[in-house]
Amino acid sequence: MTISIDPQKTNNKSLQPKGWLRYFSFSLDHKVIGIQYLVCGFLFYLIGGTLASAIRIELASPMSDFMPRDVYNQVLTLHGTIMIFLWIVPVVNGAFGNYLIPFYVGARDMAFPRLNAVAFWLIPPSGLMLVASYFVEGAAQAGWTAYPPLSITTPQSGQIIWILSVLLLGGSSIFGGINFIATIIKLRRPGLKLMQLPMYCWAMLGTSLLVVLSTPVLAGTLILLSFDIIANTGFFNPVLGGNVVVYQHLFWFYSHPAVYIMVLPAFGLVSEILPVHARKPLFGYTTMVFSIMGIVVLGLVVWAHHMFTSGTPPWMRLFFTIATAFIAVPTGIKFFNWVATLWGGKISINSAMLFSCGFIINFVFGGITGVALAQVPFDIHVHDTYFVVAHFHYIVYGGTVFIIFSSIYHWFPKVTGKMLNEKFGILHFIITFIGFNLCFAPQHWLGLNGMPRRVAEYDPQFQFINQISSIGALLMAISTIPFLINIFLSVRNGKDAGDNPWNALTPEWLTSSPPPVENWEEEAPLVEEPYGYGKQFSEQK
Amino acid sequence: MLNKNIYLILLISLVFAISFWIGTNVNLLPAEASINAPIYDELFKILFIIGLIIFIGMTMAVIYSLFKFRKRNDQIGDGIALEGNLSLEIIWTIIPSIIVLLIGLYSYNIYDRMGGMKELNHNHEMISSNSKKIWAGISQTSDNEISKNNLSIEVSAMQFAFLFNYPKGKFISGELHVPVDQKVSMKMESKDVIHAFWVPEFRIKQDIIPGQPTVLNFTPTKVGKYPIICAELCGPYHGGMRASIIVEEESDYNDWFNKNKKTEVNL
Repeated sequence: MTISIDPQKTNNKSLQPKGWLRYFSFSLDHKVIGIQYLVCGFLFYLIGGTLASAIRIELASPMSDFMPRDVYNQVLTLHGTIMIFLWIVPVVNGAFGNYLIPFYVGARDMAFPRLNAVAFWLIPPSGLMLVASYFVEGAAQAGWTAYPPLSITTPQSGQIIWILSVLLLGGSSIFGGINFIATIIKLRRPGLKLMQLPMYCWAMLGTSLLVVLSTPVLAGTLILLSFDIIANTGFFNPVLGGNVVVYQHLFWFYSHPAVYIMVLPAFGLVSEILPVHARKPLFGYTTMVFSIMGIVVLGLVVWAHHMFTSGTPPWMRLFFTIATAFIAVPTGIKFFNWVATLWGGKISINSAMLFSCGFIINFVFGGITGVALAQVPFDIHVHDTYFVVAHFHYIVYGGTVFIIFSSIYHWFPKVTGKMLNEKFGILHFIITFIGFNLCFAPQHWLGLNGMPRRVAEYDPQFQFINQISSIGALLMAISTIPFLINIFLSVRNGKDAGDNPWNALTPEWLTSSPPPVENWEEEAPLVEEPYGYGKQFSEQK
Repeated sequence: MLNKNIYLILLISLVFAISFWIGTNVNLLPAEASINAPIYDELFKILFIIGLIIFIGMTMAVIYSLFKFRKRNDQIGDGIALEGNLSLEIIWTIIPSIIVLLIGLYSYNIYDRMGGMKELNHNHEMISSNSKKIWAGISQTSDNEISKNNLSIEVSAMQFAFLFNYPKGKFISGELHVPVDQKVSMKMESKDVIHAFWVPEFRIKQDIIPGQPTVLNFTPTKVGKYPIICAELCGPYHGGMRASIIVEEESDYNDWFNKNKKTEVNL
């Protein structure tokens, strides 16, 4: 069975710029768009990371002496918003989703290539607008949650630009989500069954469902908030009869699933990386698929655990405690399966594998504190403290960002045709792992003992632990240096990778490196067993 | 095979023993200074021990795999083609489900003992345009119970201070003084944005939400001075929004109260 190619689309692609210039064009090629997402996201990561360093410099001493207090709040607002909406979500979804999903379903592009390009090209201007909002009078300083009445009563021009930017980024996510669902469901190569898809497809299907179901709620909420600010309406303004708790319900209906929008793709990516470098099939494929769908369903009904200290009635607290805690079950299944995938393998200790194993260890830690946070009495003490900051970063940095790096080490040879230098990669991992744990592990103690989050000044008794945390942040910043050097050197002078340097079985490795414009010169291969390790090569033992 | 099982059992026992020892001997929490604190700390210990067992177990399994199953230079080919094991997968689905359920029920019990599951006064559950709904924090009680309490205090939170109104003494204080071992009922209101009332040593926290008066009860058990911290981002000076709660013997409290009562302070 051949894959039908839209001649119009093909013709358009042939007119696209060649070489590095194509990454600055309105390209319709899913691979180019994927790399555009990745590079753009990484640039914003550097900006968000610089802001994080500024926060940690401020917190190295108890008094507010590095920057004025309102600037500190603006910086933390910008840091949170950039890292979530411009780094993690676009990269784990947009970058890797765009690059890999068409390969995995045996298609030559996404279902809607133009919508795909539009989804990406909404990001750079929205991001620049977000950064620019810092420089106007009254930059947003109500945190990435933008709770009213604070977001309504603080200076407003920056807050309005912040809202507009997040709305556009949400639109980009929704376009991407619709495209992924359509591509996975409708563009599958004939003969390729759903239960033969690589796990990342299932993760992206689950993620896209969450995006499509929850992001419009955030958009609607922010539009109402902007009405409160601009038109003096009273949806959330208590002075005009509004209800601030309603905002929290609506905001968290999106923003809790947003955590899974960030981690589910990471779960999918690690499921692709571990079997290749452990030379073993992915353990428990069927339970992995069901656990993703379990996380999607539960992820939509747990938002109010962010509001245990707000005005929530007791029955609501009980329901959301149990629902939240039960997410640990499908998540736990996945972690047991990954460890079982390693067990009995022939594991290559390389940068991709180390970052993936670092992810497992960090995420287990973050998951355990997550189960604790699901318990109302526990949450009440540590809510809005550094315990939550630590837990959240263990999930999104120790989890998702570690997997972003692991994925870059894994797929760099496919994208460029060059290998990354392993020595630089392992150095990058070691500094990142030590720096990350030094930065965030002590923050659990800070939260338990009385340090609230989002403060520029704190009780001097917490100075020593904060200084350790700041040293960890410094190491994390330094860890970017070997990574960047590695990328630049390897793109120019890296060892040739060949088409399939890892001897992997998933479809993207069965074409040339870098892949041609339409992914395959001929017919897309039908891969029935993307994790069939130990079968194909068993005779080589 | 027998040896392997014995080693495994020994290893698991060791992980459990280390976790129990750390969980019961390492104190990560501040002093216990309210009736709620020791109840909360019971839950914390259980969560800490279970968390340690899982974390140490999983980390050891990953690190062991990396060393034991690492590919040697002379090796070619793949690992074993093991795609699943139904009974193993059922076991590691059921056991975490039971653990999560038990933790949930236990935490429900703890929360109930802390007073969190008490029903609101019926009248307060009715929302009408003419009456303000009173929201419940942890340790909430009904109106009747509040009136029986010896000490009722009204808390006003504003950027960037807490003010404590003692209705019986008709005075307002910037410091919260309370007698030890006596139940305190606080009705909290915000004048501007969302704030939070947090006393780490009491293990209680409650958001103070504009337009929604909230009731919070606690019983201090240890004489001393403890920080009251605003935990919700409330503006540029959020980090400086702190006050103190001074728990003192009843006689000392009465002296302080009598010294301050009838002092008119205009806001």
